[in-house]
Amino acid sequence: MKTNTSIILRRLGLGVVTLLVISILIFVGVEALPGDLAEAVLGQSATPETVEAFRKELKLDLPPHVRYFSWLGSFLRGDFGTSLANGRPIADLIGWRFSNTLFLAGITALISIPFAVGLGILAALYRNTLFDRSISIGTLSAISFPEFFVAYILIAIFSVQLTMFPSMSNIGPQMTLLQKIHAVALPCLTLTLVVMAHMMRMTRAAIINVLTSPFIEMARLKGLSWRRVILHHAFPNALSPIINVVVLNLAYLVVGVVVVEVVFVYPGLGQLLVDSVAKRDIPVVQASGLIFAFTYVFLNLTADILSTLSNPRLRNPK
Amino acid sequence: MKHLLEINNLVIEARTGENWKPVIKGVDLVLDRGEVLGLIGESGAGKSTLGLAAMAYTRTGCRIASGSILYGDRDLTKLSKREQRKLRGAKIAYVAQSAAASFNPAHKLIHQFAELPVQHGVMSYAEAEKKAIDLYRRLHLPDPERIGYRYPHQVSGGQLQRAMVAMAMAGDPDIIIFDEPTTALDVTTQIEVLAAIKEVIQAQQTAAIYITHDLAVVAQLADRIMVLRYGDLVEEGEARELLENPQKEYTRDLISIRSLREDKDVLARKTDAILEIKGVSAAYLPGAPVVRDIDLTITPKKTVAVVGESGSGKTTLARVVTGLLPPYEGRIVFDGQELSADLKNRDLEVLRRMQMVYQMPDVALNPRQKIRRIIGRPLEFYFGMTGKAQEERILELLDMVELPARYISRYPSELSGGEKQRICIARALAANPDLIICDEVTSALDQLVAEGILELLQELQNELGVSYLFITHDLATVKAIADEIVVMLKGRIVEQGVKREILKPPHHEYTELLLSSVPEMDPDWLDNLLEERQESTLH
Repeated sequence: MKTNTSIILRRLGLGVVTLLVISILIFVGVEALPGDLAEAVLGQSATPETVEAFRKELKLDLPPHVRYFSWLGSFLRGDFGTSLANGRPIADLIGWRFSNTLFLAGITALISIPFAVGLGILAALYRNTLFDRSISIGTLSAISFPEFFVAYILIAIFSVQLTMFPSMSNIGPQMTLLQKIHAVALPCLTLTLVVMAHMMRMTRAAIINVLTSPFIEMARLKGLSWRRVILHHAFPNALSPIINVVVLNLAYLVVGVVVVEVVFVYPGLGQLLVDSVAKRDIPVVQASGLIFAFTYVFLNLTADILSTLSNPRLRNPK
Repeated sequence: MKHLLEINNLVIEARTGENWKPVIKGVDLVLDRGEVLGLIGESGAGKSTLGLAAMAYTRTGCRIASGSILYGDRDLTKLSKREQRKLRGAKIAYVAQSAAASFNPAHKLIHQFAELPVQHGVMSYAEAEKKAIDLYRRLHLPDPERIGYRYPHQVSGGQLQRAMVAMAMAGDPDIIIFDEPTTALDVTTQIEVLAAIKEVIQAQQTAAIYITHDLAVVAQLADRIMVLRYGDLVEEGEARELLENPQKEYTRDLISIRSLREDKDVLARKTDAILEIKGVSAAYLPGAPVVRDIDLTITPKKTVAVVGESGSGKTTLARVVTGLLPPYEGRIVFDGQELSADLKNRDLEVLRRMQMVYQMPDVALNPRQKIRRIIGRPLEFYFGMTGKAQEERILELLDMVELPARYISRYPSELSGGEKQRICIARALAANPDLIICDEVTSALDQLVAEGILELLQELQNELGVSYLFITHDLATVKAIADEIVVMLKGRIVEQGVKREILKPPHHEYTELLLSSVPEMDPDWLDNLLEERQESTLH
């Protein structure tokens, strides 16, 4: 057990270090932009004196490392600063949007992961049959189209032609869960189509890879059904690569949905990020960047830990 | 009388590219209730293919082309997949060569045991559990009540192999196919497993097909022996009779290589040592030494054999000598010059004079390089030899290892295992070494091929005067080639000296155990040995 804990602790440590490096990158990146907050807010017509005074007020005259640590410090305390565009605390701006993003990602994950892994297992079970080939081709073509294209096709079919789902996925706190799900149906479907192929193909490949092991031959010589061989003997030994690709796609669902959120005008973090970049609302950009980074690192960490634990040798030491 | 299993004129084909090529060429086989049939032959003889065919199973890329497999009055080749599956495991069971690879690492031993009868619907899980514990006990596994609740990696190799025998017996099968079940084990462990198998199949009156390349092993168990070669039957007969009076040349060859060869001339000349290892201890992790206080001297033109079971530190010792693993204590002196512990600090001349040949020729040769480049590389590296001179030297080296000159433009994959090992030897010789470290060079090869390699090494020593540090777990090899023997146990040398003295009693207790564990051709050997050991523990 000692080795397990130490592996996990080391991973956690590495995750924290990664986050620190990312926070420095975000800070330096913003710093490297021409002009600064003061100029951005006051506009080009401001006199140098007003800019200077405003800098003092924002404490922009302090050296960069001091500002970095104070930014990081307040971030850790949950104080994300205030938006430049409307002067509201960033935490208020981000909070509900981030939970909207998580809601969309969560619904998509609940549908796509079991579906993709299940299809992958079926594809391995009926390897090289028509069924296997057609789902391979189907998922691959879905992933080959750009996601905005998939999104518009779905809108054309489901909201313009069939008028089943709205093309604008606006959700609010007054809506019931069912209403919310109805509202996000199309973005959810778009994302499902985009992330399915990876997970399904990895599941299939990982299982087929295990099928060449002697213990699979042994299982077959024990007279077990092909289904039991795949589910009981191959699948548990193929978990590690599957977990990794699933979590990578989860991370994509949170971090990479910007385009889809914009297409469906979904009030998520991605939409906010795009708006803030347009308005040069730098503190919001910084805060969203850091939140995305944190999500990504956290999910990858989970993948590492889970796939370590999926190895029976590590779970049950001698 | 009706036979339990009857295979008639069976032809199995394997796919090579577009074509199907026969690998079993019309073999007949009968097996009666309670009988043990030994299938022997070299690798590629088709033993495993034939054994698996008894379960109507063929590996990927193979198919049963014609012939019948009668079990009772049913022809297995004509059954549906579903009916075949119902027989597998339940009526005809299989014990694989490597239990470590054939147990699913994700499930506990007893669950894998119980799966068989539960899935076949003959027992409940609780009954199966009870049966497992009973079988574990009868196979003399330690702590039978609890060993089943461990995962495969938590159990030793010999125990795992016995657990696999238990699993094969879970469904009370009529026939068990043993496919080289002891080949991957040390001699001392092999005995335990053999004894356990023999005891259990005799008690159950189970019929068995025992596949092995080792005649001495099959002699202990089989009532009848079939010798296979290239997918054909060479000879068949009652075990005793076949061993005492083989009819065919090939069988005689297989038997004769077991006999102890003449002692080489071992004049104990006191010459300068080519290699001296003085008080060496080495470890991979600090505080956990793998070899301890090793003292060893190799003189020119001599072969020192290091023997011991796996895990005794033999290969680690070779790594220390080559500088791959710097020892934390002790000195290595090569031809009067103390070597730096680390490979990086040794000069080219030392590297040249000390060469190595590995256990697995398959992985020791770069599959993407032709033989010309494989042997030419050390010539260029050590002597700057290129062009015509290099070509001539390569041909000379190929001639020395008794391979035809045309091999120069071949890839390793176009060569057989024995030929590949000869290429490895030629590559080592290319450097004109004074010492060659041979790490289990024959253990991946078939008996007759291994024999050829040993002869070649012997001739090369006579001609070139090179010394060998010969690492092996196989005492037959040691008897064949060594001048001096070093016996290792748990990282220490327990006995060392001239071969004749080591092989002459009285032995160190562990040497005795190793020596007596090497199977002999005598069919009564195992029984006698077990009896002797039992008596000595009683006294």
